Amino acid sequence: MQLKEGEKEQILSCVKDVLNKSSKKREDLIPILQKVQAKLGYLPALAMEIISEGTGVSGADVYGLATFYNQFRLIPPGDHQIKVCLGTACYMVGGDITLESFERRMEIKEGETTSDRRYSLERVACVGCCTMAPVVVVDDEVEGKVTPTRVDGIMLALKNGNDQTKDKQDQEQEDGEQQ
Amino acid sequence: MSDPNPQELYSKMLDEAKAEVVSKEGKTRVLVGTATCGVSAGALKIKEDFEREIQEKGLDADVVEVGCIGHCYAEPMAVIAKPGFAPVCYGYLDDGLVHRLVEDFLDGDDPSYEYALAALERNDVFPTFEDFPRGAYEEKLILENCGYINASDIKSYIARDGYSALAKALTGKPEQVLDEVKAANLRGRGGAGFPAGIKWEACLNGGADEKYVICNADEGDPGAFMDRSILESDPHLVLEGMVLCAYAIGAQKGYLYIRAEYPRAVWHVQEAIDQARDRGLLGSSILGSEFDFDLEIFQGSGAFVCGEATALVNSMEGKMGMPESRPPRLASQGFRGKPTILNNVKTFAYVPFIINRGADWFKEIGTDDSPGTAVFSLVGKVTNTGLVEVPMGTTLRQLIYEVGDGLPNKKEFKAVQIGGPSGGCLPESALDVPIDFDSLHDAGAIMGSGGLVVMDEDDCMVAVARYFLEFTQHESCGKCTFCRLGTKHMLDILNDITRGEGDAETLGLLKELAEDVRDGSLCNLGKTAPNPVLTTLEYFYDEYRAHIEEGRCPALVCRDLILYYIEPPKCSKLCNVCVGSCPTEAIFTREDGLKEIDQEKCVKCANCLKACPPEYNAIIKLSPPLLPPEKEKKAK
Ligand SMILES: Cc1cc2nc3c(=O)[nH]c(=O)nc-3n(C[C@H](O)[C@H](O)[C@H](O)COP(=O)(O)O)c2cc1C
Ligand code: FES
Repeated sequence: MQLKEGEKEQILSCVKDVLNKSSKKREDLIPILQKVQAKLGYLPALAMEIISEGTGVSGADVYGLATFYNQFRLIPPGDHQIKVCLGTACYMVGGDITLESFERRMEIKEGETTSDRRYSLERVACVGCCTMAPVVVVDDEVEGKVTPTRVDGIMLALKNGNDQTKDKQDQEQEDGEQQ
Repeated sequence: MSDPNPQELYSKMLDEAKAEVVSKEGKTRVLVGTATCGVSAGALKIKEDFEREIQEKGLDADVVEVGCIGHCYAEPMAVIAKPGFAPVCYGYLDDGLVHRLVEDFLDGDDPSYEYALAALERNDVFPTFEDFPRGAYEEKLILENCGYINASDIKSYIARDGYSALAKALTGKPEQVLDEVKAANLRGRGGAGFPAGIKWEACLNGGADEKYVICNADEGDPGAFMDRSILESDPHLVLEGMVLCAYAIGAQKGYLYIRAEYPRAVWHVQEAIDQARDRGLLGSSILGSEFDFDLEIFQGSGAFVCGEATALVNSMEGKMGMPESRPPRLASQGFRGKPTILNNVKTFAYVPFIINRGADWFKEIGTDDSPGTAVFSLVGKVTNTGLVEVPMGTTLRQLIYEVGDGLPNKKEFKAVQIGGPSGGCLPESALDVPIDFDSLHDAGAIMGSGGLVVMDEDDCMVAVARYFLEFTQHESCGKCTFCRLGTKHMLDILNDITRGEGDAETLGLLKELAEDVRDGSLCNLGKTAPNPVLTTLEYFYDEYRAHIEEGRCPALVCRDLILYYIEPPKCSKLCNVCVGSCPTEAIFTREDGLKEIDQEKCVKCANCLKACPPEYNAIIKLSPPLLPPEKEKKAK
């Protein structure tokens, strides 16, 4: 994965920051990885290298942890993250069909991020509101009773939201230039 | 001056909390259920709607967030408590209904009973939840406060006598706590049902200067959410149980291991820990005594196997969450090699009740060998989905048909899945099994941590078995060969069966493999992984055979064995809904105006079936030997 401009610096400062605030014991390794992921959205190889150096845990072990636990991701997430629940309750009422609808719409498979890094798609096993099945988590918002037709609605809302923020930024920029 | 004793300090705290609650209750309050289930149904917006409307009308009313009341089928829900009226609970809220309630009930004096679900206190006008048929079966202990108290405010818990068990215990000796828990025969609610008191005693006698108390809130069973609900709705109950345990065994430090997928639970528990510490209910010299104990959250990272005791400890130590062989048990050598108690969220939640009301009282509830209540999350094809608590010994039939009000849409019951990936699927004939640790085990399922999924005629049992095996196969940590490769092999076979492949020997092989995996695995993940397969093979053998021998999926689920078909006599030529709903443009209009599905392009997503207006209902699923007339296929 090619890092974008400025990303390397961002990773370096983020990981240093997290490491400085923790005791660097083996026990802290998972919390460290969690904090770094919370800030960067994923665990870049570079971050794992620095964490390995900082904690004295071998690179293979750090990588082992990052791959063992489902929560950690090794590729950057999209600006919008979509998680489709495939827990028992959701699966039984067509969660897999919902997931496929997203895959078709986004033209990626679960676990991937679109090439423009706008969207990523994941599956999760139960978010704990099975009575609302099938459930989808859109950027931390849990949405219940998602039918395949609602998939289009969700994607459209995200796209419009994106365009709006982009429009707003453009507008602000224009306003700034005018002044 | 002598030190104030815990009881005195607590009484003061209680009086203060009660006074504050009474003064708050003098005012109209709207309690909105904002646990994860409520939020996913739009509860936060409902809360805003109430706040806005109340403000616009200039009314004097508080809007408060509470947890989950258990009737999740009716989310979003709110309770309106207005002085002079019994508190009333409303469900299925939307902005229109909120507007109505504010205008008629908050501003006016009409409780709009036509929209109410139930009252929460007995009154002469409207029934309460206890008056429902299910009320006769339910018995709420650890769910008692859920949905009634403000989880973000410790005073809300204290005012309902919260932490009184702790004050009582601290005035006595630690042994008294242990004796009571032992006498109550409190069995662990995380799955196996091991008596908590015996575990605690072993830990107490484990020597060592340092000991740990850990709460297992990993709740990995996909389709269960009891632990989440309790942590989000009544976190202090669990904290109090943990402090009592720590006092009994002499631990100074404890952790709550909470699942990564539960951000709201983490947030509520953290808030609760901070508030308890501020009031001297955690930290050093708890309630003025000489007992020190503090709690911290450890967030899980999404691995099902980490719910297993030894794997959980490994993961807390920064290692991969792989189970270890036992003994040594955690009670003698656990976290950091020290004696450690690990119990489930619900197990801890019972402790304050047992200390307050006594072991004898507890043993009155439930059965002789499984005293107390059972908490289930009731989901799937059942009318009243949600969280239920019933005494042990209630039968599955009562739970599904009385408490859950049966199956919706007049569908036929097929099976109930209990205990998640480690549990089994029980058929109609097993519905009179009483719910307790031993009876369920004998029936081939397990109590598990309490996920209960009801399945109807539209669910394929082969597909369900395949689903669970795919889950365990994916979650196997890979340490044991049988678990790692055996489950993979089983999954391959099940995949074949759902495609109609396989022969007479396949099912025998599947069973053999299942037994090998069960016998050859170290931890209960592998030992129990075959359960869904073994129980479905036992109870639903015919369904397996239909797949293999006839290439037919009786429930019309397995996608390789079915196809979608538009019945010409039912199709309205004028409607185009199905065409628009199809993501792959497989539906086209024939020359005669009827719609037809191009089977080559169809991905079997069921969009059209859902989209076809109910007045036509023209789209059906077919599985051999019923297939659309061959002629039709070629006519295009
Ligand atoms: C694969 C696997 C997953 C488990 N997941 C959980 C879980 O999510 N929550 C839980 O309380 N116990 C879980 N357990 C059971 C624990 O190992 C342990 O028995 C339990 O937490 C002890 O608490 P209790 O005595 O209060 O039930 C799991 C066990 C296995 C083998
Ligand atoms: S199964 Fe999807 S939220 Fe539980």
